[in-house]
Amino acid sequence: MKKFEAFTGVAAPMPAQNIDTDKIIPARFLKTIQRAGLGKSVFNDQRYNDDGSEKAGFVLNQDAYRKSEILVVGDNFGCGSSREHAPWALTDYGIKTIIGTDFADIFFNNSFKNGMLLIKLPKEIVDELMDDAQKGANARLTVDLETQEITRPNGEVVRFDVDPFRKHCLLNGLDDIGLTMEKRSDIDSFEGKDGQSRPWAPSIAAE
Amino acid sequence: MASPRTLFDKIWQNHLVATQEDGTCLIYIDLHLVHEVTSPQAFEGLRAAGRGLRRPDKTLAVADHNVPTINRTGRIENDESRIQIETLEKNVKDFGVPYYGIDDIRQGIVHIIGPEQGLTQPGMTVVCGDSHTATHGAFGGLAFGIGTSEVEHVMATQTLIQRPAKNMRVTVNGKPPLGTTAKDFILAIIGKVGTAGGTGHVIEFAGEAIRDLSMEGRMTVCNMAIEAGARAGMVAPDETTYEYLKGRPHAPKGAAWEAALTYWKTLPSDDGAAYDKEIVLDAAEIIPFVTWGTSPQDALPITGVVPDPASISDEGVRAAVERSIEYMDLKAGQKLTDIKVDIVFVGSCTNGRIEDIRAAAAVAKGRKVADGVRALIVPGSGLVKEPAEQEGLDQILLDAGFEWREPGCSMCLAMNDDKLRPGERSASTSNRNFEGRQGPGGRTHLVSPAMAAAAAITGHLADVRDFLT
Repeated sequence: MKKFEAFTGVAAPMPAQNIDTDKIIPARFLKTIQRAGLGKSVFNDQRYNDDGSEKAGFVLNQDAYRKSEILVVGDNFGCGSSREHAPWALTDYGIKTIIGTDFADIFFNNSFKNGMLLIKLPKEIVDELMDDAQKGANARLTVDLETQEITRPNGEVVRFDVDPFRKHCLLNGLDDIGLTMEKRSDIDSFEGKDGQSRPWAPSIAAE
Repeated sequence: MASPRTLFDKIWQNHLVATQEDGTCLIYIDLHLVHEVTSPQAFEGLRAAGRGLRRPDKTLAVADHNVPTINRTGRIENDESRIQIETLEKNVKDFGVPYYGIDDIRQGIVHIIGPEQGLTQPGMTVVCGDSHTATHGAFGGLAFGIGTSEVEHVMATQTLIQRPAKNMRVTVNGKPPLGTTAKDFILAIIGKVGTAGGTGHVIEFAGEAIRDLSMEGRMTVCNMAIEAGARAGMVAPDETTYEYLKGRPHAPKGAAWEAALTYWKTLPSDDGAAYDKEIVLDAAEIIPFVTWGTSPQDALPITGVVPDPASISDEGVRAAVERSIEYMDLKAGQKLTDIKVDIVFVGSCTNGRIEDIRAAAAVAKGRKVADGVRALIVPGSGLVKEPAEQEGLDQILLDAGFEWREPGCSMCLAMNDDKLRPGERSASTSNRNFEGRQGPGGRTHLVSPAMAAAAAITGHLADVRDFLT
């Protein structure tokens, strides 16, 4: 995974509540067997007409927002399906950070595992950042995970909280599996004990 | 004395492999279910790192999302669907993963076949790259959906890195009126708490009305816990659970059954256990529900009307309601029973079990599907389809003008040939009414199987109680 570095970028406002993962990437785009390439289909049904032309009203189709790297979103962004295709599509498009009041749990987890930083802030602060985002390319935000700070276009600094373990993994580009593999002896001993206390736990033979 | 613990607390503690100083935990996974949509990139990741599955014997794969529900003998015409299924078949072979092929009678929707085989048991941790994994919590286990990175993590290590969830209890007291089913309970609950009401929590469903449900009904309720924002829903195991499990292929047998039973009986929440959030409903007040909008929280009793945005003070909520009414092509104040439907779909991991098909057939018996309505019945697995046919349910439904299909996810999510066309409207027993969920431009009203059958017969959303008197 790529290390998360501080950056300054355009933030696109998406104030609607409950933007679900079917909206972020409709199910018919889940037929891929790869991770890359979903960026062109992110928000497909809101972004394109049936003939493939762009819908002018959609935020990412406006020139000021085409190169957005941040989304400022409404409550409960990412609800619904567990599809990791949602964060894959967003990161493939170029989104590095999403800011909102709260996020659906599975989407939140999936995003961090793909190097994307999700920031939860109180509603009044999200509202202010949403106002910044409405100003488009003239109002870039700076996101610094190391210091846990967002710098607004007016220079004001907003502090944010982040789970220390997730921060560590993001800053160092760490792969969870590698970290867990280091705990192999713990897993071995759990399995040993558990095999004795729950010997009936199901085991399936390959056919 | 140890402080009282919830069902969730007990399962969590029984599966802790390691805890970091910051509270992040490594938990052990007892059963990993795999399907064709969220696994290819995980297998690819293993391959790239030269890793294998730590416990293929705790893993079961099946194709369900992409499979056709008619003409199953030939080649799948859609290239992408075929490739995804062929990729799964190659992967299970390469990595030695148990797999139920498309011609195996045990094939079906991943959340239907786990319980059916007795693989889903009380006190277990069950995961799958699918948010409706919550279904398995009906057996008193901890079951939740994960993303593909986590699928790969479980494959390689049989564990997951997690933080403990908070405890939420939803109690449904009393007895429901005639015509009210498990689906109506969960729609009423989501309507009350909202789609983010359970975020960060595991919901334990409790109370007389939940206890009185069959395992099928409990699975329907837990299935949609995710639609209330909770990663997992659960019901404490009891005699109904044990009765369902006994004798199933992977259920413990003989002395092992007795040992398991002793353990399972220690799992229900202790008296006095604390919950971070509590919701209480009275079953007697829940009549059949439908959704009118594009979020599962847009749920109302069938006797209701489409809400009026003008009466909503919160700006964000008003905008969402306006958008939903426009997308759904409805009018504020319109009676829900005046909404005409084009398609009726009975199936999915929410309502694709034998009890659901019986409920639809009971309403359909001796009646006819309304002109201009297409009605599909899609059993959740081969082992749902077979007994349904033995009971003659297929014939009752065929006689009434329903289509009788092969098992799969079908019209729940438009990844196969079964989908709504733009502008078409469905009464559907599935779990999500999001924009485009059943096909681009499609409009979905979520209902119970009996309500779906009533809509098929009348041609509009209808109150199933009119059929039951």
